[in-house]
Amino acid sequence: MSKRVTNAIALGLLWTAAVITVAVLGTVIGYVVINGIGELSPRFIFTWPEGVAAEGGVWPTIVSTLYVTALAMVIITPIAILAAVYLAEYAVQGRLVGIIRFAADSLASVPSIVMGLFGLALFVEAAGIGFSMLSAALALSFLMLPIVMRTTEEAIRAVPKYIRWGSYGLGATKWQTVSRIVLPAAMPRIITGIILSTGRAVGETAVVIYTMGQAINLPVSPLDSGRPMTVHLYLLAMEGINLPAAYGTALLLMILILAFNLGARFFLRRNRKV
Amino acid sequence: MALRTTPIADNAPNKITVKELDFFYGDFHALTDITVDIKEKAVTAFIGPSGCGKSTFLRCFNRMNDLIPSARAEGLVSLDGQDIYETGVDPVDLRRRIGMIFQQPNPFPMSIYDNVAFGPRLQGVSKKAALDEVVQTSLERANLWKEVKDILGRGGLTLSGGQQQRLCIARVLAVEPEVMLMDEPCSAIDPTSVQKIEDLMAELKDRITIIIVTHNMQQAARVSDFTAFFLQEVAGDPAILVEYDRTSNLFTSPKDRRTEDYITGRFG
Repeated sequence: MSKRVTNAIALGLLWTAAVITVAVLGTVIGYVVINGIGELSPRFIFTWPEGVAAEGGVWPTIVSTLYVTALAMVIITPIAILAAVYLAEYAVQGRLVGIIRFAADSLASVPSIVMGLFGLALFVEAAGIGFSMLSAALALSFLMLPIVMRTTEEAIRAVPKYIRWGSYGLGATKWQTVSRIVLPAAMPRIITGIILSTGRAVGETAVVIYTMGQAINLPVSPLDSGRPMTVHLYLLAMEGINLPAAYGTALLLMILILAFNLGARFFLRRNRKV
Repeated sequence: MALRTTPIADNAPNKITVKELDFFYGDFHALTDITVDIKEKAVTAFIGPSGCGKSTFLRCFNRMNDLIPSARAEGLVSLDGQDIYETGVDPVDLRRRIGMIFQQPNPFPMSIYDNVAFGPRLQGVSKKAALDEVVQTSLERANLWKEVKDILGRGGLTLSGGQQQRLCIARVLAVEPEVMLMDEPCSAIDPTSVQKIEDLMAELKDRITIIIVTHNMQQAARVSDFTAFFLQEVAGDPAILVEYDRTSNLFTSPKDRRTEDYITGRFG
């Protein structure tokens, strides 16, 4: 076969693969949009469910989802950042650090339903917190922890060595260098990692179904139970009660996640221009 | 050599004394048996081919090598008669007295003002008036004030490469160092800026001791009072200090054959 033909075939395969990727995404989004767009209205978004929770709006579920996500973010951010700073800056690079990193990566790949079960056993039952925003946020934070920690670590490592040298050269201590130079320089990427992990949390179902409960509540205290959008969507669809509303909820969920991802991109772009 | 003012007297005091220094990175023996006296308020240049250990040697003076876990120095390096490798000497304090400029201009990702104020703030200066003053004086001494006085709030990284390097010099000057180490400060910037930095060195040496690593021999000849020539003769062997003399002597009548070969461009 001539080089030119091989080249054409390779190019064709690459192109086809790329088109398939986009087509799959397009189909999923298109399907949900076509089926869900008719449901979207201010009334759907801002009112409570009616009847057997199958009619009417989805407002409490949106609030529950955002509430639990924000709570998980508050719990996770300091821990993940401190752990990442330790790993990237202080720990002697060697076996132990390798093990911690491997543990974090493994934690990220634990099936979320297992994490949900664990959250149910530990927080809901053993710790006696019950089905609540707090239980769900703690369980979710296990999912988010490795993501935020690893992206933070990468962000810290990406700060060029010679910028640190500049700081040390001026007589800064290690902590002064880390806190005044390295972390601020890494912050845009750290925040991007946090936003992306909250996107993951918003879409998470298995964890919250075990830990938040299903009651339609407008949560106020962290100990209140609630029903997140994903669980509402699951119940609407699987119990066959109201498919159009399920698609409407799905569309809202996707818009929310898309907003998080776009927010992350926007944030990163804006801060690159310094 | 137009920049040279009066020559440094032979009996000028030594700022830094190095005796029989050996330096290692783990198993790699990088430098051996270096003995040299650095004169106060003079410019001393380190020249030599790439990889001859001149930057490594420079980093021994402010213990920047401490940041590399496997690095180890043996022998004496003293600043004003005080052994800087003695237990009890805090490298953090040492680096306030011995500032450093790097090959790659490395402004912090913050405003011009904050870059210069960084060092003084580390030392606890927080009053705005005091900081304003040190920022202005330091930028003036680095010959950058006129160019940036209206844009102090702008990011340091928005400046040109040559301006960034002068910003880094201002940042070092703001902590009032006694010695300034310059590790190939001109190799990553444009020729006009090089000129400005060389002029600046001539002005600064009235008050501080400057040591510059350069692989540009013309630059060494232009800016320095003393020159040290380093060479690693065989790959894998430690580098040595071949010759150290007044710049005018070293470039016109080198005593060592290897120095002569190097400055006449026969290798390196």
